[in-house]
Amino acid sequence: MSDYLIQQIVNGLSLGSLYALVAIGFSLIYGVIRLVNFAHGDLMMIGAYMTFGLVASGVVPWVALPLLVVAGGFAAGGLIERVAFRSITGAPMITGFIVTLSASIAIQNLALIFLGSQPRNFNFPEVFRMRLSLGGADVALIDLVIPVVTLLCALALTTFIRKTRVGIAIRAVAENPFAAQLMGISIGRLVFLVFAVGGALAALAGLFWSGKYGQINPLMGFLPGLKAFLATIIGGVGSLPGAIVGGYILGFSEIAFVGFLPSEYSGYRDAFVFGLLILILLVRPQGLFGESEQERA
Amino acid sequence: MLRVEDLHVTRGHTKVLQGIDLTVQAGEIATLIGANGAGKTTTLMTLSGLLPVASGLLELDTGHGTIDIKRTKAVDLVRAGIVHCPEGRQIFGRLSIEENLYLGAYLSDDRTRVAKAISDLYEQFPILGERRAMKAGNLSGGEQMMLAIGRALVAEPKLLLLDEPSLGLAPQITEEIFAFLEELNREKDVTMLIVEQNAMLALELADRAFVMENGRIVLNGTGKELLDDPAVFEAYLGVG
Repeated sequence: MSDYLIQQIVNGLSLGSLYALVAIGFSLIYGVIRLVNFAHGDLMMIGAYMTFGLVASGVVPWVALPLLVVAGGFAAGGLIERVAFRSITGAPMITGFIVTLSASIAIQNLALIFLGSQPRNFNFPEVFRMRLSLGGADVALIDLVIPVVTLLCALALTTFIRKTRVGIAIRAVAENPFAAQLMGISIGRLVFLVFAVGGALAALAGLFWSGKYGQINPLMGFLPGLKAFLATIIGGVGSLPGAIVGGYILGFSEIAFVGFLPSEYSGYRDAFVFGLLILILLVRPQGLFGESEQERA
Repeated sequence: MLRVEDLHVTRGHTKVLQGIDLTVQAGEIATLIGANGAGKTTTLMTLSGLLPVASGLLELDTGHGTIDIKRTKAVDLVRAGIVHCPEGRQIFGRLSIEENLYLGAYLSDDRTRVAKAISDLYEQFPILGERRAMKAGNLSGGEQMMLAIGRALVAEPKLLLLDEPSLGLAPQITEEIFAFLEELNREKDVTMLIVEQNAMLALELADRAFVMENGRIVLNGTGKELLDDPAVFEAYLGVG
């Protein structure tokens, strides 16, 4: 294998993982309350700025950095649910869309006001910036750490959903909220939980994103958020494995378009990526892992 | 066990319940019969804390004190022992049989108790035990009803609310289900309030019966009294 190819594979894995981390949250929230949380991508931005602040403060040991950012993302995700979503429980679906869209715009503009519109550059602690040689290719350590951590998170979350009492309850609410209530399941608490867990994963993606690209800005969550949403659609909305696979499909195809197409086309990578989505959905409208409406009924 | 006085419930702009009085003594099987739209399901949902009460008194006597149902959250009513087995079974079709049963005891922290309750149930209904890992949606209607009742039983109900247990089932299966409910009442002393379209079956089983019409209780008595009442016979039991 040529070292160029190895490099592209690592890049695809790394970028795909970031999309997958954000997509899991989309899928989890949609699965439970049939709501697309448009503010979800902004949690990634929040995670990136938390990372920036903690690194700049210089007092946080690097081992604690991811833990603090994940905890912060958990709180931020939960806060969005409490502030924006809790009050409209039971309202028609369109209200939910508008509320999360408004929350997204509000978060972005608050960030512009308080954090400034200038992009910020920052360098990760030395340990995260190591490079190493893999089969002759020179790759950044963080591009290997990202997929490993992502897969561990995905594994942990899947096990949680499959095996634990709360995980089973989450699946029950997704299928039949009325009956779930009769079991004594408090739907409000589970909704809070999925927003918070989704927020934690998105913040982690923000940490990785800032470490990988070294630059952050208040609007950075928008496009990755949109693409992660596409990843969930490709995978089949509401399916966790679908969200993860969708993330990697998107990451790999984006890298492939940039890496293997003539360079004059690389500026159009998003057009190719969105075109791919249309193709997949033409063939399989319910997404790769999604159930069609008939199966669901 | 259960005391309801002058209960009024409004859904949307419709006054569905317009002054209901009901009492169910501990250990009894009570039944609520009446035509479609009389307010039977609304009554059960109100007792489970799923609908807001406009006015009236709703009390559950658990044996350790009295609970005001109006001021208690649905979750805490399940914890207090009011368990609702809903109309149309409402099992979780995409979850396994075992997961369905497990959810019945969602609020119980005594996991050994739950494991025992589930294995007892498998003895009672071997077909559920054999297929415990299968998706519940693959069961037949009668098996789904057994699962729905089983799911309610692992919650250790003090007052079991059953909404149309015979709905959509073959007559023979319905009889099996009712025989099981009678046995459950006799041996485990579970108090029940059953809403039923099949009035004949319900009255034969019930110690106490209430007839509902347009959001009001129009008749009550023992199951036998109502069976023998010509008015009831004409309205609900007569053919055609």
